[in-house]
Amino acid sequence: MELLIQIGFFLALLVVGLVAGTLNERRHYRRLREDEAALRGILVFNERRPPDDLPLRTGQLVVGSVVIGEDYFKRIAASLKSLFGGRLVVYESLMDRGRREAIVRMKREAEHLGATMVFNVRFETSSLAEDGTGRQAAFSAEFIAYGTALVPPAAA
Amino acid sequence: MELSNLEVLPGRTIVRHLGLVQGSTVRSKHAGKDLLAGLRNFVGGELKAYTELLNESRQEAIDRMVQQAQAAGANAVVNVRFSTSNIAAGAAEVMAYGTAVVVE
Repeated sequence: MELLIQIGFFLALLVVGLVAGTLNERRHYRRLREDEAALRGILVFNERRPPDDLPLRTGQLVVGSVVIGEDYFKRIAASLKSLFGGRLVVYESLMDRGRREAIVRMKREAEHLGATMVFNVRFETSSLAEDGTGRQAAFSAEFIAYGTALVPPAAA
Repeated sequence: MELSNLEVLPGRTIVRHLGLVQGSTVRSKHAGKDLLAGLRNFVGGELKAYTELLNESRQEAIDRMVQQAQAAGANAVVNVRFSTSNIAAGAAEVMAYGTAVVVE
């Protein structure tokens, strides 16, 4: 009986994770598409220095960051898939969302400063997986995108 | 204090390099936030409490780096880089470093 309750609990969590996680992901992707369309005017480069013939602008550091966590379904699916190896599709979308969100936030900061270009963009990802209790904690990752926004003198 | 992650400041000339400056901070998530984030981890999505926490930490790291640069007599920091690492259970170190310079 106890086992049955445990299995029921596990399945319930799995379903909650699957439904809520999928809805969340879909909503996030929709918002990302809107934000990316709205911020299309901000150009982002990963070149180390801006071309010399640009009109005079001042540089200012801009950063965008986000922490994204997995849902219960992803966690179970990934640990099962890890037994066989290969692509972990459930995590690929998570990383994609995180990185795009970080870029969007960085661009928003640049837009706020009145800049239209961001140079030398770098990414940083770190995992925040561990917790104090020693049990296998849920996976979450921090994504950072940063670069130097070129602000025209009039706006600065 | 001007900050840039380029090797140069656009439109300015670097007259003197003062060497590496860095700032870092170690923060842990407080239990309430951690619990909320734990629940959030069943349904997935952004963990806003952590995003804020790490943003605050990064600002702190930048502030410390800037203090060091000021102490060295710099008026700008170029080539700024960030790094985050999960050093212990529930704690993260956020670090910012760059080259302190004098520009005119």
